[in-house]
Amino acid sequence: MRYKEKLIEFLMMACSFISVLTTLAIIIILAVDSFQFFEEVSIKEFLTSKQWTPLFSEKHFGILPLLMGTLLTTTIAIAVAVPLGLTIAIYLNEYASPRFTAYVKPILETLAAIPTVVYGFFALQFVTPLLQQFIPGLGGFNALSPGLVMGIMIIPYITSLSEDALRAVPSSLREASYGMGATKFQTAFRVMVPAASSGIIVSIILAISRALGETMIVAIAAGQEPKFTFNPKESVETITTYIVQVSMGDVPQDSLEYRTIFAAGMTLFLFTFLLNNISFWMRKRFTIRYQ
Amino acid sequence: MKNLIRKIKFIDKTFQYLAMAATFFVLIVLCVLIWNIFSNGLLRINGSFFTNLPSRHAERAGIMTALAGMGSLLVITIVIALPIGVLSGVYLEEYGKKNKFASFIEINIANLAGVPSVIYGILGLQLFVRMAKMGNSLLAGALTLSLLIMPIIIVATREAIKAVPDSLREASYGMGATKWQTTSRITIPSALGGILTGIILAVSRAIGETAPLLVIGALVYVPFVPEGPNDQFTTLPIQIFNWTTRPQEAFIINAAAGIVVLLLITFLLNGIAIYIRNKWYKKMRY
Repeated sequence: MRYKEKLIEFLMMACSFISVLTTLAIIIILAVDSFQFFEEVSIKEFLTSKQWTPLFSEKHFGILPLLMGTLLTTTIAIAVAVPLGLTIAIYLNEYASPRFTAYVKPILETLAAIPTVVYGFFALQFVTPLLQQFIPGLGGFNALSPGLVMGIMIIPYITSLSEDALRAVPSSLREASYGMGATKFQTAFRVMVPAASSGIIVSIILAISRALGETMIVAIAAGQEPKFTFNPKESVETITTYIVQVSMGDVPQDSLEYRTIFAAGMTLFLFTFLLNNISFWMRKRFTIRYQ
Repeated sequence: MKNLIRKIKFIDKTFQYLAMAATFFVLIVLCVLIWNIFSNGLLRINGSFFTNLPSRHAERAGIMTALAGMGSLLVITIVIALPIGVLSGVYLEEYGKKNKFASFIEINIANLAGVPSVIYGILGLQLFVRMAKMGNSLLAGALTLSLLIMPIIIVATREAIKAVPDSLREASYGMGATKWQTTSRITIPSALGGILTGIILAVSRAIGETAPLLVIGALVYVPFVPEGPNDQFTTLPIQIFNWTTRPQEAFIINAAAGIVVLLLITFLLNGIAIYIRNKWYKKMRY
């Protein structure tokens, strides 16, 4: 009996150890091939060159164009998702009736359940042609349309987490504010939002991290031209799109071209890893505040 | 003073209407998306769309191999990820609650949940496709997806286990049951609804994944139904991606039709998950 108990506990521990191994494997695999990549390409070239042409005969290995593409689409997405997502969270929590919230919240969350390839289709086939009617010179592939669609996709991440944070603020604070004669608007922005700020910031950080790593929307609708530009009308290539593009082509394994996806992947991983850890640390630190 | 109050009230009302407009705007975008896809794709769906092989001729192309590949992929993924994910979640919540190892794993899982899916693709490509020499097979794809959805299952299991009241465990211990007897016969069955919800949501996530499978080398053109775990495969999202990127109008309509099928499966799974969760919550109020 004793023996069986111990055995099962050991087995379960081994299972949870797999998650640690996964993290280690990701880091090691990205590091090993990135290291080999940097034996042939200088870090200075990687970080400063404004051209990324590993698949052409004249090769340049500057990550900046891919990074710019990634940051551009992410910036557009965040510019859509943060104001809309936060406004909706405040509206659902402070203004709307509980009945309305109970209906609307699950509908909003279906936005997060829709596969990203569907959003890619929507961006390329509906949003881009629609935008082209208003914006002259907008290319068939551009950064704007996938950025906007990605913004819609990450709204539920911001709304859900921010709404949870707002709801966790004790209602005594809200009542005190009403008691002083404040309007709902004043209560929301001067009392509730500051009190829930850490939760709201966590939701924004997670949304940024999600947008940085998003692949299919940009792969379908943003194009595959690495460009050092911050012009949303032009087509751009993100880090994620590049990784997909190379792995779908027939690049010989163990070649320098093949290793570029590990260097690009490492760059992306470092960004999201940093953001995820900041949000984790913030959540741990601030959840106990109002107990 | 009166002016000031009027101004403050005006701002309050304006914001209320703006916020309402923002909420409806997002809901309308969702409706437009669904309407756009269904109006393009619904009429394309007929019996042969489900039974035809992929084809260079759009009107003869079907999603049979994509559906079969997706089905097999999901079955293998669940078989791998479910026991490991549930056992990890149970261990972290019931056994290793206070030690350092558990808190380290917690940070680790939070991190894994935030790793972009395309990075899991690189991991699978190197670890399973190349080092383990599985090639771009169903098994390599399923292992990659398993690692991807494991954090979701673990987190859902932990939440569900946490919601089981201590009185149940204590009653079991009081009867002389051991820890594993209590866990396997009392705690896990009481938490089953929550665990199941998490698993369905994880499966729904796995169904929509495209990028990691493209990275490990899943093919876009597979003219046969995979028969074993070592066969090459394609899935519905990959087929949709392929059709979306073609210039011909007929393939775009195929893509829309494929999306209708994909969305219906996704919504069905999410609906089931919500239904189970609501039922379980009602039962959990002891």
